[in-house]
Amino acid sequence: MAEFPGELRYAESHEWARVEEDGTIIVGISDHAQESLGDVVYVELPEVNTSVSAKGEAGVVESVKAASDILSPVTGTVIAVNEELEDAPEIVNESPFEKGWFFKLQPENITELDELLDANAYQEFCENEEH
Amino acid sequence: MSLRTPIYQLHVDAGAKMIDFGGWDMPINYGSQIEEHHTVRSTAGVCDVSHMTVIDLAGDASKAFLRWLLANDVEKLLSPGRALYSAMLNEDGGVLDDLIVYLTETGYRLVVNCVTRGKDLAWIKKQAAAFSCEITERSELAILAVQGPESIEQVKALVDVVTATFIDTLRPFVGGFCGSWFIARTGYTGEKGVELIIPADDAVQLWKDLTGDGVKPVGLGARDTLRLEAGMNLYGSDMDESVTPYESNMANTVVMDDNRDFAGKARLKAQLNEGIGQELVGLVMHERGVLRAHYPVYSGDGQVGEITSGAFSPTLQHSIALARIQCGAADLKVGIRNKQVEVFKVNPPFVRNGRRVYKL
Repeated sequence: MAEFPGELRYAESHEWARVEEDGTIIVGISDHAQESLGDVVYVELPEVNTSVSAKGEAGVVESVKAASDILSPVTGTVIAVNEELEDAPEIVNESPFEKGWFFKLQPENITELDELLDANAYQEFCENEEH
Repeated sequence: MSLRTPIYQLHVDAGAKMIDFGGWDMPINYGSQIEEHHTVRSTAGVCDVSHMTVIDLAGDASKAFLRWLLANDVEKLLSPGRALYSAMLNEDGGVLDDLIVYLTETGYRLVVNCVTRGKDLAWIKKQAAAFSCEITERSELAILAVQGPESIEQVKALVDVVTATFIDTLRPFVGGFCGSWFIARTGYTGEKGVELIIPADDAVQLWKDLTGDGVKPVGLGARDTLRLEAGMNLYGSDMDESVTPYESNMANTVVMDDNRDFAGKARLKAQLNEGIGQELVGLVMHERGVLRAHYPVYSGDGQVGEITSGAFSPTLQHSIALARIQCGAADLKVGIRNKQVEVFKVNPPFVRNGRRVYKL
């Protein structure tokens, strides 16, 4: 069974967002997403200092099964990326919410997060999607 | 309701992710496709391929019939047990299917693809009308492919001494009956192994014994990356009715002999005279990323073809592909999303017996 940590916000495109104490936002893909994708074999990350917009393309994750776009959950500037994923993309499968994070953003307007789903709503969304 | 093999419940019990494959409910993986792939390259795995179609031919005219039906020549099968890989062509030389044919003591056994079953049987029966031979589909049989460097020892340790001794007599690409079991040293992985075409109850028991003894179940996902590394075509992806064997890296499976006519031969002969415009080649990409089916292949400013099968190779740790391109096109690049990435044209296979074998 996939995990749905309660402290995160989720996009319908299966990214999660976590607000750090300094107001920055960390983005990754959900446990449900990595389970559906299967073994991740390649991750393309955005470049640091690039601007990304809410629901805009910010990277790509490729598994044995398919290539999927990573959409940024909010508008902002990329301030860090998880370079470890370049050589060890399987970390996304092993630790989707911790070591498998994708990038860190300085958000333009943090209230954009309110438009994302909370854990319960996202879990319900995933269950409906399966049927 | 979709079709199920005799092993279905054991797949579900093992936690398999099931998918629809040509109307069958089949396991794509049991957790990690990459681990399953490595298992076959390093030790042994077992794959349920009971969805594939087994057809037996009997009767005096069977040989004459197959010499007409297939682009390869069953005349090459000199003694019972020998196996031959062949394309079956339509009148236009297009590939209807690829198959393995075994010469048996009583006739021939064909193993054809699952997705093509209906059209294959219809075509075979139509072509056989002019010959006196009996065609029997053996849908009651199950097929297990046990593959990997330790696969043969694992099977031998679980079967009776007669069967184990029989397996010892088999050389690569040879098979035969041992009682009601048909066992062949064939496979779709580029690895040592056997395929067992056996009664359903025996298959269930053998599956339990093998997995109980540490042989890992392998899903269709790993089977696909294993066959791609081995440079083997997948019907429906790498070739279909729109192309001939010459355009599908299968020229060496076509026997053009003046003394034999076969279905599709006239068109192949014409194509040899006109010249062959496209070829199926191997591609290797050293940059990170994954080559996938239908990505365009470029040479200079123009598109020269497209990828037919692509994947990340777990053994080589980079992406590989098969692609159909204009003959002779060089300095190739593949369009991946918004960029073009350099690739190298190679002759498949990419991997044999666990090791890289392609040359740049």
